[in-house]
Amino acid sequence: MTSAVSFQKVSRHFGSVRAVDMVDLDIVPGEFFAMLGPSGSGKTTCLRLIAGFEQPTSGSISIFGERAEGVPPYRRNVNTVFQDYALFPHLNVLDNVAYGLMVKGVGKLERQKAAEEALSLVRLPGYGARRPSQLSGGQRQRVALARALVNQPKVLLLDEPLGALDLKLRENMQEELKSLQKALGITFVFVTHDQGEALSMADRVAVFNDGKIMQIGTPEDIYQRPKTRFVADFVGSSNVLPPDFVQRYCGQHRWGSLRPESIRIGRAAKGDGVTARLVSTNYLGATTRLALDAEGLRLHAIVPAGAKLPGEGEAVVLTFNREHLHLMDEPG
Amino acid sequence: MTIVALNSKSASAILPRGGGVRGALSDLFWRKPKLLLLLMLLPPVLWLGIVYVGSLFALLLQSFFSIDEFSGLINRQFTLKTYGDLLQAANLDIILRTVTMAALVTFASAIIAFPIAYYAARYARGRWKALFYLGVMLPLWSSYLVKIYAWKLILAKEGILTWLLAKLHLLWLLDGWLSLPVVGGNSLSVSSTGTFIVFVYVWLPFMILPVQAALERVPGNLVEASSDLGASPGQTFRNVLFPLALPGIVAGSIFTFSLTLGDYIIPQIIGTSRLFIGQAVYSQQGTAGNIPLAAAFTVVPIVIMGLYLWGAKRMGAFDAL
Repeated sequence: MTSAVSFQKVSRHFGSVRAVDMVDLDIVPGEFFAMLGPSGSGKTTCLRLIAGFEQPTSGSISIFGERAEGVPPYRRNVNTVFQDYALFPHLNVLDNVAYGLMVKGVGKLERQKAAEEALSLVRLPGYGARRPSQLSGGQRQRVALARALVNQPKVLLLDEPLGALDLKLRENMQEELKSLQKALGITFVFVTHDQGEALSMADRVAVFNDGKIMQIGTPEDIYQRPKTRFVADFVGSSNVLPPDFVQRYCGQHRWGSLRPESIRIGRAAKGDGVTARLVSTNYLGATTRLALDAEGLRLHAIVPAGAKLPGEGEAVVLTFNREHLHLMDEPG
Repeated sequence: MTIVALNSKSASAILPRGGGVRGALSDLFWRKPKLLLLLMLLPPVLWLGIVYVGSLFALLLQSFFSIDEFSGLINRQFTLKTYGDLLQAANLDIILRTVTMAALVTFASAIIAFPIAYYAARYARGRWKALFYLGVMLPLWSSYLVKIYAWKLILAKEGILTWLLAKLHLLWLLDGWLSLPVVGGNSLSVSSTGTFIVFVYVWLPFMILPVQAALERVPGNLVEASSDLGASPGQTFRNVLFPLALPGIVAGSIFTFSLTLGDYIIPQIIGTSRLFIGQAVYSQQGTAGNIPLAAAFTVVPIVIMGLYLWGAKRMGAFDAL
């Protein structure tokens, strides 16, 4: 089967900066693909390479089997939802949504009907006559989505589309995007720096750092079985354990990762385990996050709220199930 | 610890008022910000309201007086006689010539200014931007008269332009153009074409700067969004860039249009002997001593600009503001 988007050894350099460095990537048609990474990791540049706003310095990109190098954005059947929406301020909502059809020469009545339908799809029916400036951030976001979807793109690119929304709205939009993608069957490529967003929405996640892909896999793969220290730390702030520490408990001299929720806390001098000192407790609502100092190694643990905790500064014993200790590929 | 030291020094929660009148005034203006605004606006409003609008109004009033043709004295009784004089064929000819010139100059300025403004707004950064501002503003630093006389030399029959065209064996092109009616003449420096060239040169900065400011406010991702939605560069220009730059183009055209309407020096030095509005005003209030007719002439550009702005607003030129 041809990939929706395929990168072969793609690099994009800006002067001496390697924004994207020898990236190989295959996005399956119809999947919800997330590109996750800190700012400056190359994920947005990858998105812009797919959209056609950037051209690769080297390597080849194909979209549904067709070579895309040198093809301008307006000849790609790919649409983008921009980070700050990029709605045209001089056009009303309906004309914004109908823009893509207008430039393709679709008749006025037909394109307005399609635009109305797209607006209903994003649950903004009847908003056509308003100006973008009269809408809230969440509504603009939906208009931007409708404006892209009305063109029935082969691939929809979303550049941190939820970044500017407040928490409640963001959670709603996450669910909506996910169900919209399922219903439409369009390939979504979603760029985010929010690991929770990537894990909850995507079928597969690519974790970016320094212009390279660190790991591609299902959310569970990425979360439970990180391949490198970077992935373990960036996705879910896992405890990264140095090889010497891991050797003591598993007998293997390799880097390991241990999820904060896998650590159990006990009173000192009660059975064996890692002896540590409780440094601080942060109340997070449903859970409580503990910072621990285990013989100079800083660890974090997450326990359910309401658990009986020792006081700050007291000695504790940490235990965990050996199976939860994940050994990484990275050599020690 | 520093924090402790700072704390012990400022023991009270409220700091004492600054000394003297300045301290009292600072507090007063903070409590009543509108008072400060009023004090700041009063001088310019008085200047604009009384000195500027007042004298303009006095001038307009004069256009409703008439001149006694025998004694040359001004008859201070309201009449529309002067406006009747204004509508004579010879005067209408002057008005039509000036308005046509102003429209052509504005149109040409907009076409020349747009690419320059676009480059400056989209691509020029750092040193190149500084160079752009310098290049646009530099001509404004030298005297207007010096520039016009320089152009007279450039455009003269013995000037560098004729010489250059002769070297390029293109003199036939110039001669052909100069032999045309209306735009032609003995040489470029005594033709309407010459007047047009110099007008465009002199007013171009007033078009470039507002267009550049308007384009600067167009977020780059709107151009990307348009392209992403399938618009070719030409379609993006027509549907996104041009409508968003239009307020700037209109602002620039107000400058180029009204400056051309009112100028009396350029057509006097470069061009034919046929008059422009500015020259008519100059000669009516000077040699002819017909202040009412001169005043009536100055009403013409005001009315034209009013109509122009009204039309621009009707066409939605300010919708993107």
